[in-house]
Amino acid sequence: MIEFYLDQKSGVTPYLQLVQQVRRAVKLGLLHDGDQLPTVKDVVGKIAINPNTVSKAYRELEHQGLVVARTGVGTFVAVAPSDGPPAMLRPLRRDLERWIARARDAGLDDEGIEALFIESFRDASSVAAP
Amino acid sequence: MTTVLEATDLGKRYRHKWALSDCTLSIPQGHVVGLVGPNGSGKSTLLNLAAGLLAPSAGRLDVLGGTPARDATALGRVGFVAQEPPVYSAFSVRDHLRLGAHLNPRWGAELAEHRVEDLGLDPSQRAGKLSSGQRAQLALTLAIAKRPELLLLDEPVASLDPLARREFLQILMETVADQDVSIVLSSHLVSDIERVCDYLIVLADSRVQLAGDVDELVSSHHRLIGSRRDPAGYPANQEVIDASHTDRQSSLIVRSHGPVLEEAWTIEPVSLEDLVLAYMARGKHPRSGHHFDGEVTE
Repeated sequence: MIEFYLDQKSGVTPYLQLVQQVRRAVKLGLLHDGDQLPTVKDVVGKIAINPNTVSKAYRELEHQGLVVARTGVGTFVAVAPSDGPPAMLRPLRRDLERWIARARDAGLDDEGIEALFIESFRDASSVAAP
Repeated sequence: MTTVLEATDLGKRYRHKWALSDCTLSIPQGHVVGLVGPNGSGKSTLLNLAAGLLAPSAGRLDVLGGTPARDATALGRVGFVAQEPPVYSAFSVRDHLRLGAHLNPRWGAELAEHRVEDLGLDPSQRAGKLSSGQRAQLALTLAIAKRPELLLLDEPVASLDPLARREFLQILMETVADQDVSIVLSSHLVSDIERVCDYLIVLADSRVQLAGDVDELVSSHHRLIGSRRDPAGYPANQEVIDASHTDRQSSLIVRSHGPVLEEAWTIEPVSLEDLVLAYMARGKHPRSGHHFDGEVTE
């Protein structure tokens, strides 16, 4: 089961942080189809967050088609196994690690690497977008 | 929509000084409302008015559809925890629960005993011997066991260490998840407000500077960064809340009533903390948002 956390320095609203954490966990294969998300009460009891925020995050995930809510039972992950096969992640991560090592060798510091990655990512995404 | 608190031109004057003025608010039911503002901005005054401990000097205030504390029923529907945890130091924890049971018709005895057990409080311990965190928890327990529809908390976590603060907020949020209760709490800690509140009121200079749903407020405000310019060059359809300038750059916090049309501005999100600070600063220097000192050198 996923354990949520809040990063208060991120500048991202708590609601979006929860949404992103579930999305990320699904992408990374940490949450599988059929896994149950913690109940709203469990989440608020653990990280001291407004229950409406948790419900709103779960509704958004439901809207995105990532989870289904079963009344009286709970909220469950609902993704086709093909959504982000973890097997593909390993080689991709290795490539990325190699790339980071090369960037370091080239003299870039962490900040420079991050900036370069984000900029390239944005460029590539804007080309890919319709 | 049902409101828990409805204020119209509400004001409170102590001798010659207005502690709260022209306060018009409509707080919908089912929210956890954060009340922020500098010391002396009227937070406690507003909460004391809502609890019925103070009478308005001007305007009108309705709490749960009527005058605050007008009768026993109205008193039973509102819980109030004042800034200094209101417990009796010579009374034991058990005495407090017994007192609560006697004074409150809707008292949840089981709930109260459960809470005391969960908190690890010794029922025979005198309140005066408890730590400040435990006293705050006891006061909250009493307020919750009363099963109020509206819970008013005046800086409930101000005197607590980080761990006790977190535990306090956890219990508060569990209560919101369990019971149908609306909460108004004042705090200086915007990070706590961001965690637990879904509705925000900024008070400054004894006036309401901002009130609304937190997510809506955050999404309707932006930071615009561009080359330095005077107010004539600000985007026309944006309400400028705060502006700061360097030699070359102007940075604005704006409330958007439509998209920013000029491409000359870089648009960034504003954190809740910066948003709160911008409105507090505006309360301090009412026109600072549009004030521009120095000349534009080009």
